[in-house]
Parts: sequence; C-alpha cells; structure tokens
Amino acid sequence: MTDKLIPTASATVGPYFHIGLTWLNHTEMATAATAGRQIVITGRVVDGNGEAIPDAMIELWQANAAGRYDHPEDGREDKPVDRSFHGYGRSRTDNDGGFRFVTVKPGPVPGPGNTLQAPHVVVALFMRGLLKHLYTRIYFADEAAANAADPILGLIDDEGRRATLLAQPGPDGTYRWDIVMQGDNETVFFDV
Amino acid sequence: MADVVGYRREVPGSQPPHLHAPYASTVKRAPTRPLVYIPHTLSEVTGPVFGHDRVRPEDADLTKQGAGQPIGERMILAGRVLDGDGRPVPHTLVEIWQANSTGRYHHERDQHDAPLDPNFTGTGRCITDAEGNYRFVTIKPGAYPWRNHHNAWRPEHIHFSLFGPSFMTRLVTQMYFPGDPLFPYDPIFNGIPDEAARQRVICQFDLGLTEPEWALGYRWDIVLRGRDATPMEK
Ligand SMILES: [Fe+3]
Repeated sequence: MTDKLIPTASATVGPYFHIGLTWLNHTEMATAATAGRQIVITGRVVDGNGEAIPDAMIELWQANAAGRYDHPEDGREDKPVDRSFHGYGRSRTDNDGGFRFVTVKPGPVPGPGNTLQAPHVVVALFMRGLLKHLYTRIYFADEAAANAADPILGLIDDEGRRATLLAQPGPDGTYRWDIVMQGDNETVFFDV
Repeated sequence: MADVVGYRREVPGSQPPHLHAPYASTVKRAPTRPLVYIPHTLSEVTGPVFGHDRVRPEDADLTKQGAGQPIGERMILAGRVLDGDGRPVPHTLVEIWQANSTGRYHHERDQHDAPLDPNFTGTGRCITDAEGNYRFVTIKPGAYPWRNHHNAWRPEHIHFSLFGPSFMTRLVTQMYFPGDPLFPYDPIFNGIPDEAARQRVICQFDLGLTEPEWALGYRWDIVLRGRDATPMEK
C-alpha cells in the first residue's frame, strides 16, 4: 500500500519558533479537578556535548488517569473521559534546557493484540538542528511490573537503554526525566 | 481491544535525515543510535484535537495585528491540507511564523541588523475548513543571514506547524517561494534528499488567488501522512 500523495517534507522549527508556537504553551495539563494522581515531570534536554539545549520544544500526549484518550478513535465506554483533562502539553525549554509539566499519572492503555501497555506519555521533540521531530515515550520507574510486561519497551533490544525512558520518582509526586541526544545515555527514540 | 489502523511509514528520500552535516546544528543534536521501530498503538493513532475556541478568525490575518499596516509586499497564502490518499484534512490547527519583510524576526535573540516592524509580529494560526482549506493574509518575508557557514543566508520562507488527526500526522516544516536564488546554498532546504520532494515545499504564484489593487496570491498544499488500509497484524 503506497501513498497517492507523498507527505510534505519536514523542516526544523528553527531558533525563533517561540514567536509562533508558545501561544499554545500548556504545561499545567492537570488542574485540581482532574481525576487521578497529580504528578510533576521535570527534566533537561542536552546535546552531544552534554550542553543545555535552550531552543527545544516538547509536546506531550497521554491518556487520563483511567487510561482513556480524549480522541474520537478511543471509543471505550468503560473508561471515562475526564472533561478537565485533555492530555496535551507543550513547553519550550528554558536557558538551562529545562522543562516542567504538571499532569496526572496516565492509566494503562491497550497495546497490540491482547497486551496492556504500562502507563506512559508519548513525547514529540522539536528543536533547532532537528530537521524532523523525534518521538519517544516517558515511562515511570515505579511501575516495574507493568514496565516489564510492556510490549513497546520490550522492543528495545538493548535492555540497558530502556532505562532512558524511565522517569525517576522523587518526593511529592515529582518525576525526573532527561532527554539526552547523544552519548552513553542517549535517549531511545522511536521509528514510527 | 481490536488492533488499530496505523499510519504509513516514511517514503525513502522524501524526508530529511536527522544528521545532515552541512547544517551544522544537526551534528551534536542528531541521535547516533538507530531509532527503534515500533507498531502504532492507540497511543500513536490518537492525538490532540483543537477546536475553534482556541483560534479567532483574525488570527489568520498577520497584517492587522498592529496599530498600522506592516511594511512589505502584501500576500494571500492559501492551500489545502490533504492526507496521503488525497483526502482533505478538515478542522485541524495550522500555525505559522515568519520574519518580517526585512528578514528580521520579532524575537529577542534575532540580532540581524535589519529593522523591526512595530506592526508585524509574524505569527498567525487558523483551523482548516471542512474541505481542508487554510488561508492567511501576510507580508512576504525577507531573506536573512545566519551563522551556519560563511555568508549564509536563508531563502525566504514561512514556518508551518500542523497537527492532523493524530500525533503521527504531526508536521513542522518550512514553505519557500518560487525561483529563490538562495536555494542552491541552503543546507536546510537541501536537507531534503529528493529533488521532487524539495519542489513540493515551494509554493506557486496564483493569479486567481491574487486580489486586484491589493495583494499577490500564493498557493501551497500540504500533505500529511496517510493511513494504512488494514489493521496491524497481531
Ligand atoms: Fe526562519
């Protein structure tokens, strides 16, 4: 099956995307009304020299605490939509490469076949110097059993690299998750 | 849970690589390990949907955001957003940003010694209509220098960001203008391997879209990823 039309080529967001894209910045994805466990995900984006990337943009997409996506193709009526939670986040990185999202821990969602995916957040990463955006995922290190059974994490042959997708829990619902573009701890990015 | 219908994979040559050394910033930012192939799950085929509540009609007219008219060549930029099967992509968010007519961005980090225009922010957005049409009124952007290599100048371009029906159809790109003399020298434009794919990021002058005594018309269609015909195998 091939395309009748070939998709338009991607290009970098460049250094000045702030003027056009930050109007939609949304880092407080959850409110006090949102069901589930509120969490804060913070991290940094660093390049192959370990230096901060201050001109990146991160977008998050996730299910709500019940494991339901706010999207027409998720029609599972046994999982309620939460009107106070859309599941989309967007943030630029600051001068130190840092970002911070307030959200809720997503519930598990179905995977291929009869599998269940561990709680995760889908990430799209944009920056100056990236001619097409990258996709990765945030999993949660305190979901060890679910992570061990996750059908997507299991596709990462180098088991040591799976750890790059695990957000590490800290105090008070905080999680730490860094994006490393190159090197020993290079984040796993997905071919989707 | 039934298996989901995924999106088609990249056609070789039609998309730029992550590492493209002539564009110097890719060297320390491109992943060095192969990307890990995964099937599309419910997490991939869903994505954010934005409604008209976030976007006002006037957000599509970049010539009316200041107290007066911005300086430069007024232009109408319109086209359709289609999927890989040629079907319109309706009701999707299109965001644009660009330099002003002198080649200067309304951004604190842009140090290009060219005048800012107090009447031009260079940002706009709209939602495609039921037939996938978008339309902006703006000012033709100027070329601008950058520090990638000696005497480096970007061809005139407008940045675009689109969502489409899922997180897999997300697209950020740049649209160029016909006949730009800077094309042979631009590593971002030439990061697209196929000549035909490069031609598709160039808009076309359109006399039918041009409005007499008022503005030149340019047309540019955008194609998002198409859908697989059948669900993924188990
Ligand atoms: Fe630009």
